[in-house]
Amino acid sequence: MRIGVFICHCGSNIAGTVDVKKVAEEAKRFPHVVYSTDYMYTCSEPGQLEIQEAIKKEKLDGVVVASCSPRMHENTFRRTVEKAGLNRYMFEMANIREHVSWVGVDKEANTKKAIDLVRMAVAKVTLNQPLFPKSFKVNKNVLVIGGGVAGMQAALDCADGGLKVILVEKNPSIGGKMAKLDKTFPTIDCSICILGPKMVDVGQHENIKLYTYSEIEEISGYVGNYEVKIRKKATYVDWTKCTGCGLCMEKCPSKKAFDPFNEGIAPTTAINIPFPQAIPKKAKIDPNYCRQFIKGKCGVCAKICPVQAIDYEMQDEIVTEKVGAIIVATGYSLFDHTKIKEYGAGKYLDVITSIQYERLLNASGPTSGHILRPSDNKEPKTIVFVACVGSRDKSLGVPYCSNFCCMYIAKQAILTKDHIPDSQSYVFYMDIRAPGKGYEEFVRRAQEEYGVKYIRGRVSRIFKRGDKMVVRGSDTLLGTQVELEADLVVLATGAIAEEGARELAEKLRISYDPYGFYIESHPKLRPVETNTAGVFLAGACQGPKDIPASVGQGSAAASKVLSLFSKDLLESDPQIAHVNEMLCVDCKKCIQTCPYGAIEEKKTPMGKIVASVIETVCQGCGLCTATCPPGAIQLQQFTDNQLLAEVKAFFHA
Amino acid sequence: MALINLTTSTDENFVNQVETLSGQKISECYQCGKCTAGCPFSFAFDYPVSQIMRLIQIGQKEIVLNSKAIWLCATCEACTTRCPCQIDVANVMDICRIIARKENKVKEKDVKLFYDIFLESVKKHGRIFEIEILMKYNLKSGKLLTDADLGPKILPKGKLNFFPVNIKGKDSVEKIFTRFVEGIKNNE
Repeated sequence: MRIGVFICHCGSNIAGTVDVKKVAEEAKRFPHVVYSTDYMYTCSEPGQLEIQEAIKKEKLDGVVVASCSPRMHENTFRRTVEKAGLNRYMFEMANIREHVSWVGVDKEANTKKAIDLVRMAVAKVTLNQPLFPKSFKVNKNVLVIGGGVAGMQAALDCADGGLKVILVEKNPSIGGKMAKLDKTFPTIDCSICILGPKMVDVGQHENIKLYTYSEIEEISGYVGNYEVKIRKKATYVDWTKCTGCGLCMEKCPSKKAFDPFNEGIAPTTAINIPFPQAIPKKAKIDPNYCRQFIKGKCGVCAKICPVQAIDYEMQDEIVTEKVGAIIVATGYSLFDHTKIKEYGAGKYLDVITSIQYERLLNASGPTSGHILRPSDNKEPKTIVFVACVGSRDKSLGVPYCSNFCCMYIAKQAILTKDHIPDSQSYVFYMDIRAPGKGYEEFVRRAQEEYGVKYIRGRVSRIFKRGDKMVVRGSDTLLGTQVELEADLVVLATGAIAEEGARELAEKLRISYDPYGFYIESHPKLRPVETNTAGVFLAGACQGPKDIPASVGQGSAAASKVLSLFSKDLLESDPQIAHVNEMLCVDCKKCIQTCPYGAIEEKKTPMGKIVASVIETVCQGCGLCTATCPPGAIQLQQFTDNQLLAEVKAFFHA
Repeated sequence: MALINLTTSTDENFVNQVETLSGQKISECYQCGKCTAGCPFSFAFDYPVSQIMRLIQIGQKEIVLNSKAIWLCATCEACTTRCPCQIDVANVMDICRIIARKENKVKEKDVKLFYDIFLESVKKHGRIFEIEILMKYNLKSGKLLTDADLGPKILPKGKLNFFPVNIKGKDSVEKIFTRFVEGIKNNE
């Protein structure tokens, strides 16, 4: 073989603590190396040109670049060698920046380590084989999981782009958290007024197939060819007949049902339509409260329904859909304030959460938009907001900032003054995080124009005194304890991962952080991709974010799907497992161990049963390689022989 | 508060000392003030507890060790229980008292006096002998009539014995004290 070695200075990043000239000199003595040099920036155009010229002039058939992490420039150099006529896999990278120059200061030791790494890369490239990707057909339907604002935006953008969209929402209506909000910051737009038209668009779009009150049961397949099983939960109302007239709600005798849409601040009927703008506007029965289900007799709704839509015998139904890509937009949930004993642990009626307060402010809420405190339906005059309840609190397992609470507190305080002009609002905060456009101005306006009093300190305890709620906190700017007698206390509960987020992640084979938020492929450069090809993220399922950011991500994920589907054929990565059928003993260990279900059994023409890799499903993780007793299954580009050659090159220096 | 010259007065060794002895990471405190908010003795403190934490963060050894707050802390641990950063704040206050005592910087002499008399009583009897503590404290502190009004209320209830009641194995308790003192000597 004829191998060329190129040592990069990376300015002073590498050359500062590695003797690059010496590394290049040493490399000349390695087996098969016919050319070795160093350059200021190998990734620059002249740097790449040098590689290409050397390939032609020296007739190189293997190239090693010693520079940064392959995560940065492996693709750059693969393209470089490819343009000069080499197979892109006849290239190896030695990471002498992240693994050497950036982590050590001893130049002599660094140089020695860099030489070792280059020797190992040379030993490996000697055993590299040209690899070629395979093409496969793509199903151009897309599944969107979650019908909140992020999922709706993603669905609409994909549908407008001509893709067929399957939108699955676990609640009876789409709209998500945004549908519950009264106004939005920092413009005080009416939330449902701007969301409503989008919801109608989703409901009526010819390219969108809506499954509400449905959940993902099972996902199999791979990018371009996923098969999804969807559980349509029983609503006990035939939605093909239901017209959403609401007569059943009027007559339902069970009026104490928990109302998730109103966050439990007021009850609803056992058969209900969640809110007036619901899409689809269909009724469903909550069997936990329905008398027909509890006592076995009632049947009022069945009698009253003008279209005979009620079906008490309805069962869950599983439907199967085939899609080529998946956008996950499952949103977030809110911290359970009843975990905090010193704030009353949910036992005081007049200590409520911010989302409950949002329902009190909302004209379609249980109080028709009049702020009335739950205990005695009186109008509160002193309202205290407590920030960071279940955010930035290591002791509660939520050390992160929930991103949007500072802003909605300012919004709610402003709205409070609009609703009750002679009221006074106080906000206990630790820091005000308002980095968005117009956000800081908005928080200032709350203080300057609306007279909201901000107190810098956490609250230690909330307790009842007469008909007041006493809030005891500190003002750290004064260095003193402070106490307020409030009529109503609003806890700004932080964002946590949606219930079931982890289970869904496992079905999707995507990763999640310790808090259950999904992990993107790269925090800066691949923000809506996951490490599973064809699965994208949008909105707060990836981490707490506000409406503009969620909408932005919804569109971003849609554009990723549209660009993925702009090709009719996809190429698979050839760095995947490959079975040597002569060696395979059909022990099935690889089949059991493969996390992607990428290995199946097949019969060879000779009649032998062997393992076989489904090339489009294999992600090249290498678990099977480590499991296979006879070493029959090998990860191409990372075979045992290649790895051992590297180890040998290191020890036999 | 007077101007603090951070260049000349920051004592990183003090920060390390408090962290090592208390086992708490002082930099984890983000100054939310929840400890101060719930502290039942804050009214008497010269620096609220969150400010003591801040002063330790910026290495203000002299101010911390000369504060009254570290002596007036009753170790009720409301701060420790509620700290969102899971810092054992009461323990940090305790460590500050220990360091202050070693360096002979005791701002609240009576508090130290009470601790000493209390421990002396435990050493002698294996438990406390209330009247002895009362008398000694009142005499030595010069506050002769402190809590004297409580006498008539608690005497009829049998809460105060006139003679010490020693526990079984009080010698073993005394040995703990001896061992502790020896331990300190050996360490030094």
